[in-house]
Order: sequence, then structure tokens, then C-alpha cells
Amino acid sequence: MNLFCVGLSHHNANVETRERFAGNPETGCALRSSGCAEALLLSTCNRVEIYAASEKRVSTDEIVRCLVRESDPHHFAPPFYRYENEKCAQHLFRVTSGLDSMVVGETEILGQAKRAYEAARASGAAGRYLHRLFQRAFRVAKQVRTRTEITRGAVSVGSVAVDLAQKIFSDLRNCKVLVLGAGETSERTVRALVSRGVADLRVSNRSRERAEALAFAVNGRAVAFEQWAKQCGEIDILITSTSSDLPLLSREKLAPMLRDRIDRPLFIIDIAVPRDVAPDVNALDGVYLYDIDSLQSIAEQSLATRREQIAAAEQIISEHVAEFGELMARGSNCSAQASEHPTVAEGSLRPSEL
Amino acid sequence: MDRYLLIVSTLCFLVAIAHTVLQMRGGIFRPMRFNFFAVGLGFIFQTAFLSIRGHLLGRCPITNLFEVIIFVAWSVALFYLIVGPAYRLSLMGAFTAPLVVFLQLFALFAPIDTPHRGRLPANPWLEFHASISLVAYGAFALACIAGVMYLVQERQLKTRHLHSIFYHLPPLTDLFAAIIRLLWWGFALYTLGLVSGFFVGEPLPWTQIICAIGVWFLYGLILQGRYLRWFAPKRVAALCIIGFSAALTLLWGITFTTQTHTP
Repeated sequence: MNLFCVGLSHHNANVETRERFAGNPETGCALRSSGCAEALLLSTCNRVEIYAASEKRVSTDEIVRCLVRESDPHHFAPPFYRYENEKCAQHLFRVTSGLDSMVVGETEILGQAKRAYEAARASGAAGRYLHRLFQRAFRVAKQVRTRTEITRGAVSVGSVAVDLAQKIFSDLRNCKVLVLGAGETSERTVRALVSRGVADLRVSNRSRERAEALAFAVNGRAVAFEQWAKQCGEIDILITSTSSDLPLLSREKLAPMLRDRIDRPLFIIDIAVPRDVAPDVNALDGVYLYDIDSLQSIAEQSLATRREQIAAAEQIISEHVAEFGELMARGSNCSAQASEHPTVAEGSLRPSEL
Repeated sequence: MDRYLLIVSTLCFLVAIAHTVLQMRGGIFRPMRFNFFAVGLGFIFQTAFLSIRGHLLGRCPITNLFEVIIFVAWSVALFYLIVGPAYRLSLMGAFTAPLVVFLQLFALFAPIDTPHRGRLPANPWLEFHASISLVAYGAFALACIAGVMYLVQERQLKTRHLHSIFYHLPPLTDLFAAIIRLLWWGFALYTLGLVSGFFVGEPLPWTQIICAIGVWFLYGLILQGRYLRWFAPKRVAALCIIGFSAALTLLWGITFTTQTHTP
């Protein structure tokens, strides 16, 4: 039996091309009739890939024909890649481990691969060969995640802010957040905080309408711009992104407000340029001030750490590829098959991956 | 024989340290149960040592500075084993093990294990007073360790230089909550120990009484300061470290004066 993978990803095709080959309702039947004994479609925003097993060779063109969404008047040959047997296993292991992702080390792809496998298994499209391949891929991904630091740290400004907030407050559900300035970046950061359970949101902006619009969008409440400073005694997180030329918050202004909240930290995320908060505010006890540069610097640092971990991850993958190759060479070795047989726990999805 | 148990116990704590250091150097730290079990095993050997000593002495084994230090190390491990899983403070084992190793190595190498001539007379109130006060030291030691962890984490957040350890240390609010709970535990136990001292029925040296009240007053001040909002969490963490260092010095003073007054 021949295992192979044919696909397109963000490395070699733009989003328009990937959209055109994202599969169609007939893809499964078409793949079977083209000679694939087993086939699985992994379609995400960054890749469209077919993993298949066949007795005889199925050409890339035949696979591509099965993936086309609609007849294309401007036909051209997209740059599909193809990997066979061990190379196919290596590619899938790298994909599920997040090494082939746009953001190295992201874990969403593992959940997507598990869902694709569950769907193929439920429909009967995935048999024992794909089963072995994918179970091994999930195991490799888990090992890479636990034995390396490939998933450590956040790599976007919003998620870095959320990570820092969690390292200060632990549980964000009881945190009170004030958003000063209804800009796009602050909205993204707020949404990231809401996704971690923040419920008490206040929005203040020079334009009352924009404050109300953002408050409505994030299920918060608008606060008059003249009143925002009074909120500093109550809130836990302040996100500022106004277009003010001068700092709105200075050490002298903030220090008296903090006297009654000495035991509660204040996390200030200043994403405005020029900055809304004077840098010396960070010197106050219990105040943690992060501007856009420091957030970006942490994101870059995390990304660099992830890149440093690639070699260790590749080592784990190559060991598994060699083992998997031996298993494949042994063919229908029953004992090997039994040891690789799925259990409900192995195949099931974790909530974090859904 | 009993000293061998102590050596094995120290080795268990050293293994926990070595494991953490190796993982940190590799840039990886998995919150495995390894440290917890290594400390747990070390605690079992400590308990065996204290048990054998206790049977030999016919009373609680806190009759000289050597035994007092081992009893404090045992209390630290005991509190870690209770607090570690309950408060879910990752890396606390990695911070606890070095303190226990330091205490035990000092006890093993310093010439402080002076044997008593004959059996000391049993005094249940005195033993209760001394042992409960030393268990309170265990809580103060853990509060000191949580204080160190708080200051490490706080410094990284302030300077915005996040090292590998940042991702493994608990959040500031969790650490501060643990510090306050440990201070309360220690303060309550110490108060109990102090009150029971009045029922000992033997005259105690004034220096010992003053030192004991000094430690009680110090921790009372930290707790009072926290509730009256005199101190920010960072100061409370720093005071826990200063407080435990002072309390340890005073403990040496108390034990020294007790030994010199023992016939």
C-alpha cells in the first residue's frame, strides 16, 4: 500500500488559489473512484491537503481534479506538492506539531487535524493505514508540545497582553477593564481579554458614539470621557489607545488614585503612539505599564524561542518517521497494528483543540 | 544510624534541585510531580530520623540546635507537601528544596549535635510549646519562599524582561494569597506555642521570652500592616524574607540560651 499526501499551503499558494482547491461535496467519492483506498481531506485557512492510501499510484492531476471547487475558466497548474510514504509521514508530523504553520508552534492545527480524521473515520474514508498514520501524528504532536518549548509564550500583541494579565491576576473573570480610546488594536485586545472571561468592561472615548459602539460590540458600558480618570481607583486593567499628543496619565496624577488600592495591582496596556501614559508611571508600586514596543518585543522573543526549539522538535519527528517507516515496511504486522490501534482517549478531541 | 537517614533525606532534596536545574538549563520545565515526590521521599526519611531520635531521647527531638534545625526543615517540607498541591503553586518545590538542603547540610556539618548526658525529664507542655512553635517556623519559611517567588515574578513584570522561569511561576495574585494564608497559619500556630509557654511550669530565660515575643510581634505587624494597607504586596513579600531571616537568627538565640540554661 502506498501512502501519499498532495496539497497546497500558505508556503506555496495564496489564499485565492487555496480557496479554489478547498474540496467540494463530491471530493470523497471522486477520490475513491480515482483509486484511493483511503482518503482524508485536511482543509484549513492555511492549507488544503489530501492524505491517501492506494494500491496503485494515483497521479497528482487526478487528486487535483477531485479538489477543484468549480470548473475553472482560467485553468492553470497550481504548485501542488506531493510526498510519498516516509516523506508523507514526516510532512504530517510537522504539520500536526505546528512546525509547518504560519505561526510556528500554534496548536490550532492539531485540533483541525483531529477533526478531519474523526470525520474521515466516521464516514469510513479512513482505514487502517491512515489510522496508523494519524494516530502516530497525534502522538508526535503531543511529544513535541511537552518535550520542547515550541508552544511557549504568545506571539501577537493581543495575546501577549492577555498572558501578562493572567500572570498578574490569575483569574480574569473578576477583573474590571477600562478601554480608553476606541481604536482597532484596543478592540482586538479587549476581545482577547473577553475570550478569557473578562466581563466588566468600560469604554471611554472623546466621541461618545464610538465609545457606545465599542461598548455594545464587546458587551460593556460606555463611560463619559471626562469621567475616565475616576475609574482608575476601581479598575484592574487599563487599555489606552487615544490619539492625544500629550500623555493623559502621569505619575503625579495616578499616585493619589492608587492610595486606596495599594493591595491591588494595576496593569496598563498603552498601545497609543504617541504614548498616553508617562513611562515613569511604571515605577509606582503595583503598576505594570506595557507600551506597544514592549508588547511587540515580548511577542518577538516568544517567536524566537519557538524557532530555537525547531531543531529539537525535528529530532523527535525524525525518530518517529524512522519508526513509522519500519512499521510500514513490516506491512500487515498484526502486533504492530494492535499496538497502534486507537483508543477512545487517543482519538478524542480535547476541548482546547476544538 | 539516624544520621544516615538524614543524609539520604538530604540526597532526595538534592535530586529535586538537580532535576529542576537540568530542566531549566534545557529551557524546558514540565510541571511534573517529580519534585513533589522527591520532597515527599525526603520528608519520609526526615520523619524516620526524628522518630528514631525521639525514641532514643524519650521525648520530642528538639533538645539541641542540630535537632531544632532538622525539626524546622521537617516543618518546611511538611508545609510544602500540604500547601504545594492545595494552592497549585508550581515551582514551589524547586524553591523549597534548596532551603531544606541548606538547613540540613548546615546541621550535618556544623558541630552542633551535642549529646545530652542521660535522659531529659519529660515535660509535655514544654515539648508542645517548642514543637508547635517550630512547626510555625515551617509556615513562616514557606511564606518566605513564596515571597522570593513573588519578588522574582514581580521584577520580571516590572523590567519587562521575561525569562523562561516567568512562564512557570504562578501569577502574582496567587502568590500573594498564598503568602497571606501561610502568614496566618504561622501566626496562629506561633501564638498557640507562645501561650502554651506560660504553662511550662519552669522558669524560662528572659532573653528567650523577649526573642519569642519579638518574632510574634514582627509577624503580627506584617499581618496588621497588610490589613491596614500600610504595605503593598511587594513590601509584604520582602518583609516575609526579612522576617524569616530574623526569626531564624532569634531561634538560634533561643536555642543557645536554652542549652546554656539546661543543667
